[in-house]
Amino acid sequence: MPAAQPAPLTLVPPAADAAPRTIVDVRNLTLTYQTADHPVYALSDVSLSISKGDFISLIGPSGCGKTTLMRVVADLEQPTSGEVTVNGMTPEQARLKRAYGYVFQAPALYPWRTVERNVMLPLEIMGLPRAERQQRAREQLDLVGLSGFERKFPWQLSGGMQQRVSIARALAFNPDLLLMDEPFGALDEITRDHLNLQLTRLWLGTRKTCIFVTHSIAEAVFLSTRIVVMSPRPGRILDVIDCDRDLPRERTLDIRESPEFQRIAHRVREGLMEGHSYDD
Amino acid sequence: MSRSNMARPIMAPWPLVMLAAPLLPFAAQDGTALFLPQLPIALVLFALTVAAILARRLPGSALGEALLLLAGVAAAYAAPLVLLRQGHALSQAGGLWLYVAGATLLLWRVLALLAGVNGPVRLAGPALFGLALVMLWEILTRGFQVPTILLPPPSLVLTAFAANAADLWDDFRQTVLISVLRGYLIGCGAGFLMAILADRVPFLARGLLPLGNLASAVPVVGIAPIMVMWFGFDWQSKAAVIVVMTFFPMLINTLAGLQSAERIQLDLMRSYGAGYWRTLAMLRLPCALPFLFNGLKINSTLALIGAIVAEFFGTPVVGMGFRISTQVARMNLDVVWATIAVAALTGSLLYGALALAERHVTAWHPSFRKR
Ligand SMILES: Nc1ncnc2c1ncn2[C@@H]1O[C@H](COP(=O)(O)OP(=O)(O)OP(=O)(O)O)[C@@H](O)[C@H]1O
Ligand SMILES: [Mg+2]
Repeated sequence: MPAAQPAPLTLVPPAADAAPRTIVDVRNLTLTYQTADHPVYALSDVSLSISKGDFISLIGPSGCGKTTLMRVVADLEQPTSGEVTVNGMTPEQARLKRAYGYVFQAPALYPWRTVERNVMLPLEIMGLPRAERQQRAREQLDLVGLSGFERKFPWQLSGGMQQRVSIARALAFNPDLLLMDEPFGALDEITRDHLNLQLTRLWLGTRKTCIFVTHSIAEAVFLSTRIVVMSPRPGRILDVIDCDRDLPRERTLDIRESPEFQRIAHRVREGLMEGHSYDD
Repeated sequence: MSRSNMARPIMAPWPLVMLAAPLLPFAAQDGTALFLPQLPIALVLFALTVAAILARRLPGSALGEALLLLAGVAAAYAAPLVLLRQGHALSQAGGLWLYVAGATLLLWRVLALLAGVNGPVRLAGPALFGLALVMLWEILTRGFQVPTILLPPPSLVLTAFAANAADLWDDFRQTVLISVLRGYLIGCGAGFLMAILADRVPFLARGLLPLGNLASAVPVVGIAPIMVMWFGFDWQSKAAVIVVMTFFPMLINTLAGLQSAERIQLDLMRSYGAGYWRTLAMLRLPCALPFLFNGLKINSTLALIGAIVAEFFGTPVVGMGFRISTQVARMNLDVVWATIAVAALTGSLLYGALALAERHVTAWHPSFRKR
């Protein structure tokens, strides 16, 4: 498959509908961090099944365990109990097969590498030839609107630009599963809209599976096939909202004005408030 | 032109203390004090300096003013040397010393002006500063007739340097090119490799670090004679002392450097399924570079000290430490100073080269970043 391109706007029939293949399966996942003073219950009995081609958004209050859940899927954190499979393998096997690309909550760029060489890092590890590395890096940087900055160092870029570099880096090696932890959190509204559009197109064109963490309800509704609403710590799943039924797969920004969109957004908000209700 | 003229700050009044100099004696001959009008050459030099100060605004640029004032300073520093040559005694010459002091304050302004000039001239500042220090050393030691046993004037050191050039070169080769270089490379290399090993095998690190504290507390003068007994008079014993001195600083710095990679950066490598060695090469060693250079710089001075001190305890009849110990015994302090000068120069050059390499290799580090 060629490197991820912004897809032409032709509707690809979701092949997954016929026989949905489970990509990520989380069953009764519980995770407790053992800290020096007291244990932190980050996740409690979380079950979630994600099919190929799904775009799942995780939304929930700060500190509820969204990052933790992604890290378990990525084999960066070991669950206390429960089962997780990725592509039918253990997370570790999946990681060693480079099954996913992870966009961390912070850019995590290497300051001694130029922007371009940061994007080329995974390609170098995979042993791609030099010319192809460079070509793919250029393409991805162009996609996130950063062509012309190839030779800059990360610390010469703004925070939002750095985060876009890290998105380009995750896309560069064209993984089938994308884990994105608040990738657009540091961006202005306009750039965010632009990248949201780019992301839906990319997702439609390549049928990647995405898990996406966000604090923005509108962003979640706009991008997702399903939205997972989580409760405050210990993180539990409060509600799973299906957006695919009422919204078309192919979306433009003005869909946000539609009544269906508003209805789903309202339901997400309700779910979030329910989780918060015991605070009052 | 006029703009750079405007930009020049006003001169502080302190150099003007020299205007009081004509009121005091400028030299003495056979016990009688001589004043400025009786010393025609000194009078001319003094007039030159004052004229330079008065005319300082005439040149169109900061560089021009700096050069003019520098001529004034040079005249002031020449005055005592000329008077000494004429056989005058200067230790009571209050006026002359006031003149020299005023000129030194004037030099301050010259350096400040040069620091503001763009281009390679900027580099002249530090060089001038060093030269002025040597000049003052010369003027003061000779003017006040400091015994050469205590502190010989630089001219004497320079003479000794020329007269003993062959010996000094042999010493340099033996101490620096043979002992220091080998000991340094072995010590730093072993410290680095051991750090990588200790990083993989944690109990090794736990065992080695307390030992490192112990080793750094052992005095060189204690281990040097032991090493000479173990490894003989030649470079091997010096290298051994250097290895003992440099091993642990390198080990500790490298270990700290390897641990300085952030968790999220490590997670990224892990998410690519990168193994230990790849993570080491692509992430942890680059992260460790600033620490490595720290260790290398500390060790460059330690190695030189170690070799020179170790040579006090036995060496073939050559080497900087050997030279110092034998020439002190013969009261040839000028040769000792010449050797010290060579050692100081070598140390600075080593350190400077490492600092330059560091700046080049770790230009990305926050301490060097430029936009
Ligand atoms: N390494 C760790 N050790 C101990 N506790 C941790 C660790 N990582 C996270 N936690 C705790 O686990 C909880 C969940 O953290 P997590 O990072 O998953 O939250 P989050 O939902 O991503 O929050 P945010 O939206 O602010 O990013 C938090 O309360 C946090 O204090
Ligand atoms: Mg988070």
